[in-house]
Amino acid sequence: MRLRHLKGWLYLLPALLFLGCFMIYPLVDVLIYSLEEGYNSASQTYFGVGLYNFSYVLHDPYFLQAVKNTLLLVVITVPLSTGLALLISVQLSSIPKLRDLYQTVFFLPYVTNTLAVGLVFMILFKKTPYSDGMINALIHLFGGETVDFMDGPYWAKMLVTCLYTVWIVMPFKILILTSALASVNPDYYKVARVDATPRWRIFTKITLPMISPMIFYLIITGFIGAFKAYSDEVALFGVNLNAAGMNTIVGYVYDMLYGDSGGYPSYASAAALILFAIVLTITVINLLVSRKHVYYA
Amino acid sequence: MRIYLEHVTKSFPSQNRKEKRNVIAVNDFTYEIPDGTLTGLLGPSGCGKSTTLNLICGLETPTSGKIYFGDDDVTLLPPESRGVGIVFQNYALYPHLTVLENILFPLQNLKGPEKLSKAVMLDKAREAADLVQISRLLERRPKEMSGGQQQRVAIARALVKRPRVLLLDEPLSNLDARLRLQTREEIRRIQRETGITTVFVTHDQEEAMSISDQIVVMKEGIVQQIGKPQTVYDDPVNLFVAKFLGTPPVNVFSGEIRSGQLYLGQAPVLPFPGGRDGPVWVGIRPEGFVPSPDGPLVCSTRAVEVMGRDTSVVCTHPAAEAQIRAIISSEHDVSGDTVRFQLKPAKVHVFDRQSENRIYPA
Repeated sequence: MRLRHLKGWLYLLPALLFLGCFMIYPLVDVLIYSLEEGYNSASQTYFGVGLYNFSYVLHDPYFLQAVKNTLLLVVITVPLSTGLALLISVQLSSIPKLRDLYQTVFFLPYVTNTLAVGLVFMILFKKTPYSDGMINALIHLFGGETVDFMDGPYWAKMLVTCLYTVWIVMPFKILILTSALASVNPDYYKVARVDATPRWRIFTKITLPMISPMIFYLIITGFIGAFKAYSDEVALFGVNLNAAGMNTIVGYVYDMLYGDSGGYPSYASAAALILFAIVLTITVINLLVSRKHVYYA
Repeated sequence: MRIYLEHVTKSFPSQNRKEKRNVIAVNDFTYEIPDGTLTGLLGPSGCGKSTTLNLICGLETPTSGKIYFGDDDVTLLPPESRGVGIVFQNYALYPHLTVLENILFPLQNLKGPEKLSKAVMLDKAREAADLVQISRLLERRPKEMSGGQQQRVAIARALVKRPRVLLLDEPLSNLDARLRLQTREEIRRIQRETGITTVFVTHDQEEAMSISDQIVVMKEGIVQQIGKPQTVYDDPVNLFVAKFLGTPPVNVFSGEIRSGQLYLGQAPVLPFPGGRDGPVWVGIRPEGFVPSPDGPLVCSTRAVEVMGRDTSVVCTHPAAEAQIRAIISSEHDVSGDTVRFQLKPAKVHVFDRQSENRIYPA
């Protein structure tokens, strides 16, 4: 019996080793860093153990700005991108002819590099000595007042960031949702039609429950993804996000580790743990809400 | 509600892109389904029976021809305006709703002056559930029920609006053998109790024969024969119908008519006055064989299967297309290597060799 136990553990060893090295050890390490006060990465010494790092991070205006930016981004882009993706998928499913073409077009952002997309957004929005950007040109054409989207007011920068995020996360959602819609048995729709079910009722009472697991999956991963936003902001505003006032929580962590103000692994760890706590809370809330509304076949 | 199909044809564009030809699923179908009857559309797969059902339902519109419910021309009406209820082969019960919610679903769609109060809806749903005897299961979800129970729920949902016509697409094919027997009686009973004109599709001739008031036998989009099950069985118009109806199936021989006699091999088995001389197909029902010491048809016995009331004799004959199966009364002794049969004239059908249409003696 004992030998068999031993054998079992032996089989598990590679996976356990891998998980231990790359998951558990870093997690524990982050926890330790976050509790070591005044840690110096050069001399590898610290003064004491306590919660000062958390207190520092929570009082750092840069961190608070990053939290605000991230939360705004999450609250705006997740519902917007999921809703839009659902709308587009439903419309796509109801046109038989050019569906493949449209699907390809909608999927393009997914296969395009973030930085290349950032460049396109620059052309659209950035003011340079030579041009005001395409959007400003359009605003000007219709008699509006031009805005500096990249270096101007906060709301303008936030708008561009949200647009960018929505645009870049939508293709994957459309892909998932169109396949979810296609997997609904057409007999349900036929029966509903024979029973004179109005279109909106078919959508809310049949289609939505049928694809609810996929919508839920997209919302959860959407929340997590938006909380981890960083590279999109870099693509738009460059590496000095604090100067642009557009930093995110992950950006703050990165800055603390490697940025100009870098070399503070303890602060970075504390910020990372705070992010973890936020994401965990949101996900648990999501799971609780989903129990009521998600139907699994 | 009387249903009348008048020269209904339905063709679909071919799925094969190289082939531009249209596929004709239903070809010039004219038939009246009398009010309050149970009609079985019967045929092998791909014969157009499901398309016919969809045409009656309104899920498909005919390429040409007209469909009437009573005196109303419904050819161009969408399904929701026709007053039909349909049950699909997989029942298509909404899996996220309870049985009660499923049955209520069609009622909740009613709008304007037809809108019902909650209490009336509940009454109607309960009534439908009572009719199909699932009143105890109203709070269950479809996956918590057996196939037979799901079937009943689907029928209740189709009936709750009191449709003029009830359509069933392969209603029994997803059930196991025992449940199938029970459910087909159930369908018969529900149809009788409600008096709703009912059309169902099946590929199983036994199913169609056992409960239908009339059956429509189809092949490749063309109606072969329409009539009461017993009539179609006793008097098939062509070889296809003869082969398709009956279990065990009809035994097919290649025979010949010579000077007013029907020959199987070299043996004259029956007088057949008036027929033109020449080769023919002969279909003999299993119950058409009577063992007799001086019978004209000599077969070599392969196996004897005792089934209690009857005995099934499996034997061969040089003129037969395949092994012959004869069902005889168990009193007869068939223990020898060969068995001689006399034939019951009413159970022997003769068909033209080319057209495979029935040839009747004069």
